[in-house]
Amino acid sequence: MTTTVQPTGSGTPTPAASEKRNIIGSVMHLRELPVILALVALVLVTWAINPLFLSPQGVKDMLLNATIVMILAVGQAIVIITRNVDLSVGSILGLVAFGTGTLFVSFPGIPIVAVFILGMVFGALLGAVNGLLVTLAKVPALVITLGTLYIYRGLNNAWAGGTQYFADDRPEAFGNLSVDTVLGFPLITLMAVFVVVIVAIFMAGARSGRDLYAIGSDPDAARVFGIPVTKRVLLAFVANGVLAGLAGVLYTSRFNSVGATTGTGLELDVVAAAVVGGVAIFGGSGSVVGAAFGALLLTTITGALTAVRVDKFWQQAIVGVLILASIVIDRIASVRTARRLRVSEARDV
Amino acid sequence: MELFHNHGTRSMRTRRILGVAALTASIALVATGCAGGGSDSGSTSGSGGGGDQTITFIPKQLNNPYTDVVLGGGEEGAKAAGFASSQVVGPLDASASSQVSFINAETQAGTNVIVIAANDPDAVCSSLEEARTGGAKIVAFDSDTNPDCRDVFISQVVAKDVALIQTKLISEQIGGSGEIAILSATANATNQNEWIKFMEEDLKANYPDIKLVATVYGDDDDTKSFQEAQGLLQAHPNLKGIISPTTVGIAATARYLSTSDYKGKVALTGLGLPNEMRPFVKDDTVKAFALWDPAQLGYVAAFAGKALADGTITGEVGDKFDAGDLGEKEVTDGGIVIVGPPTTFTKDNIDDYDF
Repeated sequence: MTTTVQPTGSGTPTPAASEKRNIIGSVMHLRELPVILALVALVLVTWAINPLFLSPQGVKDMLLNATIVMILAVGQAIVIITRNVDLSVGSILGLVAFGTGTLFVSFPGIPIVAVFILGMVFGALLGAVNGLLVTLAKVPALVITLGTLYIYRGLNNAWAGGTQYFADDRPEAFGNLSVDTVLGFPLITLMAVFVVVIVAIFMAGARSGRDLYAIGSDPDAARVFGIPVTKRVLLAFVANGVLAGLAGVLYTSRFNSVGATTGTGLELDVVAAAVVGGVAIFGGSGSVVGAAFGALLLTTITGALTAVRVDKFWQQAIVGVLILASIVIDRIASVRTARRLRVSEARDV
Repeated sequence: MELFHNHGTRSMRTRRILGVAALTASIALVATGCAGGGSDSGSTSGSGGGGDQTITFIPKQLNNPYTDVVLGGGEEGAKAAGFASSQVVGPLDASASSQVSFINAETQAGTNVIVIAANDPDAVCSSLEEARTGGAKIVAFDSDTNPDCRDVFISQVVAKDVALIQTKLISEQIGGSGEIAILSATANATNQNEWIKFMEEDLKANYPDIKLVATVYGDDDDTKSFQEAQGLLQAHPNLKGIISPTTVGIAATARYLSTSDYKGKVALTGLGLPNEMRPFVKDDTVKAFALWDPAQLGYVAAFAGKALADGTITGEVGDKFDAGDLGEKEVTDGGIVIVGPPTTFTKDNIDDYDF
């Protein structure tokens, strides 16, 4: 709720002189800046201690580790921006991952593209269930998706039982998506970057993307303003489902086994990544690019602490400190903005 | 996130929220509850007291492929030994305290024999004591509880043999010298910790040139084990080999090695399931690994439970009981029953096994 949304086309024209200062100012006030600086510092320090961290294999591992959480964090950011949350993403990923494994076993020779499409459609359906429950039942998303977290996981357990599908059951080309690189970048990471760019453009440029921010800032005002709140929130959940589905397919490509417990507990990492990346938990502000960087930062911390041989048990504590730090930064920023707005509005009156 | 922003006055709304929350929770409970019994082959739960003996298996974790093979043997053994009904209950996560509620439920149901693989040797103790007071016999298998809280422990093999075969395999594969690391299951898993202790002793005594530089824990979680393997190789650039004495860990590590630059440069051995390890043995990521036949473990556990429940044995050293197709088994020191020697799997013999 730290930024207010201006109705398109109704802003007063800014004088050219102050435009330059605004650009520098907006870079300095970029919500993503702290997380990017932290990431750069982290990588450099770790590299100084252990040069292997930036070896080609090290970079590849770092990017691969971030890929799946990155896609999930982008989806989560879309939902959080509308002042909702989706805690069922770990379970959606699990169901889609097991579904992907099943597809390859049941239909040998199925085209990989078809698997991607089916995985995303499956994810979209599961996301739509969340969205419909949230918008029609008008119950907070926190409660609804906590419920679907268990329901989807229960379905996964009933469906999979003790069955697991292994890398061996899938075509080599599919597994190679997360092995092969282009200019040092793993293919699936490039896919994730593509997703981030597309979603970022939509969120920043498209009218329906801007609507999501308006809804998150003040749902009642958004409704009064004529924004189709129900439709947009549903859209956010479906988009998140599609991305969780994509992440599920990619998970299957990268890891050895998919089964009943795949993706358990992932939702908290994902929400943490979005929050650390500057997406305000109360909605209305933040960006998907920030969320993607948040995911990269959190997964890189785990890798970095291992590379410099810091005890595993410290890692979670450090993630916690980061979450608190980003919330404090966000709070300070919003208090300042509110004060500045009050002063300038008082002057204008 | 309107839960955080509730403005207090709308009590109607709050009530509705609570209602739906309760509904959602109960749907979720039903859904997960159904799943809990999913792996059990339709047997009914023991009513107890009716003269018919019942047996319940509580593995470390449900839906774990290794556990499924063990339990398959257990069901077969329970049928062959003459139990009226057998069932499997257990947690979906392998954490220390997760088994307690299942033990309590079995005590209430009056189950005659509880067969358990402990996630933590002490966490399950007090509830097992309660079950014994209620007349149940306790058979530990796969991973022991504290010896005071069970009647017998069915061990795969002699713990020391399991450790020695793994140190021997890694030594052969890295040429007898260099840095190695261990990637285990949970930090408090009884069986893994015992093997690791023997491995450390054996390395010190017999392989002076091999240095164990790290022991890490992947918690029997595929993703976590994968990333632990990755971390090991990054933190220890001179690492020549990894021992993973857990089926989840070795498969995840093999998957990482086979998809990275380390393939063929870093040796990997440990305990794995042939079906899961087959591709990695064939593509030369793994040269040799070991295991026993897990199904026999469950099978013997069922017969031991039957002998205890019938009163033919009490779990004293020297007690002998009939274990169906596997012949006669004897209770040795510490109330332990040994099933058989470990097998080494290589490219040449792996296709002879299907589990």
